[in-house]
Amino acid sequence: MSYRVKGNTGEWEVVIGLEVHAQVISKSKLFSGASTKFGADPNDQVSLVDAAMPGMLPVLNKQVVEQGIRTGLGLRAQINLKSVFERKNYFYADLPQGYQISQFLEPIVGKGNLTLDLEGGETRVVGIERMHLEQDAGKSIHDQHPTQSYIDLNRTGVALMEVVSDPDLRSPEEAGAYLRKMRSILRYLGTCDGNMDEGSMRADVNVSVRKPGDELGTRTETKNVNSIRYVMQAVEFEAKRQVKVLEDGGEIVQETRQFDPSNGSTRSLRSKEEAHDYRYFPDPDLLPLVLDPKWVEEIKASIPELPDEKKERFIKDFGLSSYDAGILVIDRDRADFYEEVTKGGDPKVAANWVTGDFFGALNKSGLTLAETPVSAKQLGGLIALIKDNTISGRTAKEVFEAMWETSKDADTIVEEKGLKQISDTGPIEAAIDEIMAANPSQVEAFRGGNEKLIGWFVGQTMKATGGKANPGMVNQLLKKKLAG
Amino acid sequence: MSVDKKTVAKIAKLARIRVDEEQQEALSGELNQILGWIEQLSELDTEGVEPMTSVVSMTQPLREDVVNDGHYVDQVTKNAPESAHGFFAVPKVIE
Repeated sequence: MSYRVKGNTGEWEVVIGLEVHAQVISKSKLFSGASTKFGADPNDQVSLVDAAMPGMLPVLNKQVVEQGIRTGLGLRAQINLKSVFERKNYFYADLPQGYQISQFLEPIVGKGNLTLDLEGGETRVVGIERMHLEQDAGKSIHDQHPTQSYIDLNRTGVALMEVVSDPDLRSPEEAGAYLRKMRSILRYLGTCDGNMDEGSMRADVNVSVRKPGDELGTRTETKNVNSIRYVMQAVEFEAKRQVKVLEDGGEIVQETRQFDPSNGSTRSLRSKEEAHDYRYFPDPDLLPLVLDPKWVEEIKASIPELPDEKKERFIKDFGLSSYDAGILVIDRDRADFYEEVTKGGDPKVAANWVTGDFFGALNKSGLTLAETPVSAKQLGGLIALIKDNTISGRTAKEVFEAMWETSKDADTIVEEKGLKQISDTGPIEAAIDEIMAANPSQVEAFRGGNEKLIGWFVGQTMKATGGKANPGMVNQLLKKKLAG
Repeated sequence: MSVDKKTVAKIAKLARIRVDEEQQEALSGELNQILGWIEQLSELDTEGVEPMTSVVSMTQPLREDVVNDGHYVDQVTKNAPESAHGFFAVPKVIE
């Protein structure tokens, strides 16, 4: 169902485009040999190039170029064998060069696309307009001194990828799904860690509204939103605000806005008019970047199986639902974990266990997958025991809890606690006979037509056998004996 | 293309250079002369000729991803009019 904003004059459609800034994983900066590590002392990881001292020259980092190409390939995009670095001119205290080295007319990556995983297992393909490489700016700290701002240039010159989507998104949910998928792909590729709270991935959110079928409306751009939830809030707020302005007879001004996380609103950043006159021109310190097609092919060959392909394979090979497969492939560690568990023998049961009890337990104990007390192999072992009827699904939950506590293997726990399922007819029959003898009126009622009582008999039998009787067998034997 | 006083004032502002009112007239004349001189180039037929961004016929050299620079806060902040706790200290900038 399409997302619409209800106004007084009817329903409005929301049009969203996202610009994602993703910090490239590399040891050193885009144009200098200073470290990119997070959390150093102020200005400790700054070279004279980053500080823009006179006469310093930028030299391009090969690894960053490779990461850019890898990301482009992961976004099923065109790789431009020639691209050009340009200067984007503006003055700000944390930009010592007075310009940001970026790419403009000739970016390294052209058109591509990304598949959204939506509610209920639905998917939709969204266009990527381009991706380019650029320098990050420094950090300004405003709250340490009454009249001064403190500038730390450690982040200055760290490489960023800016991925620009087509205006193809139509709801806050789709914007969220886009960012989740982008983060998942970047993490699979190992090109960005995707940690939005450390600022290594952030988004500029372009929003406009229109009556369904109309031309595109004027858009606003909300800058530097640093969580998926905030992006969704910004879209919702902006859409409603724009509808109100338009319905009150006003006009939308194309402008930059800022998100306020404290109340989910956006506000205008009325910068000076000339602020956006960037006067791009090719950086004379840098020659055009020309890629060897052979290098691009080599990188292509090294790309791992990405979430979309993995999801397809899980659906096809393991018979999973689109929804379950989607959850399992969100990150590579999860998918690898699940595949290890399937060695227990039953991929569908494995999927239920991993997405259900296992993720539930992780969540509850606040652990990450890497910290799990139950390894994939152990969980696979538990599933193997269910499959060969050593234990029932019900008992398996009890065994799992014990595994979680002790990190012991499933069969050890089954052995220690004597939980092995009774699949011999002898003891089960004995238990049934006893129950029937002790409850003649129930037997009478059942035989008189109250077939629902079978449940009660099953319960009694399970209780008498300490929950260890094979439930299928209990059912079968009960039916036979009760029938007389 | 012609540069008037208003354009001169705008360029000066973008470049953060102070150009007094009386200088603007003279500068607009100078800039127009330079532009006029360069505009002669447009008389040439450049159809099918790729724009040249450098006179050196080579492509961008790349460096390996190695950390071999930094860790000299003192040098980095040495020329700063003011610094504190390793930071550059500048007049408050808040948008």
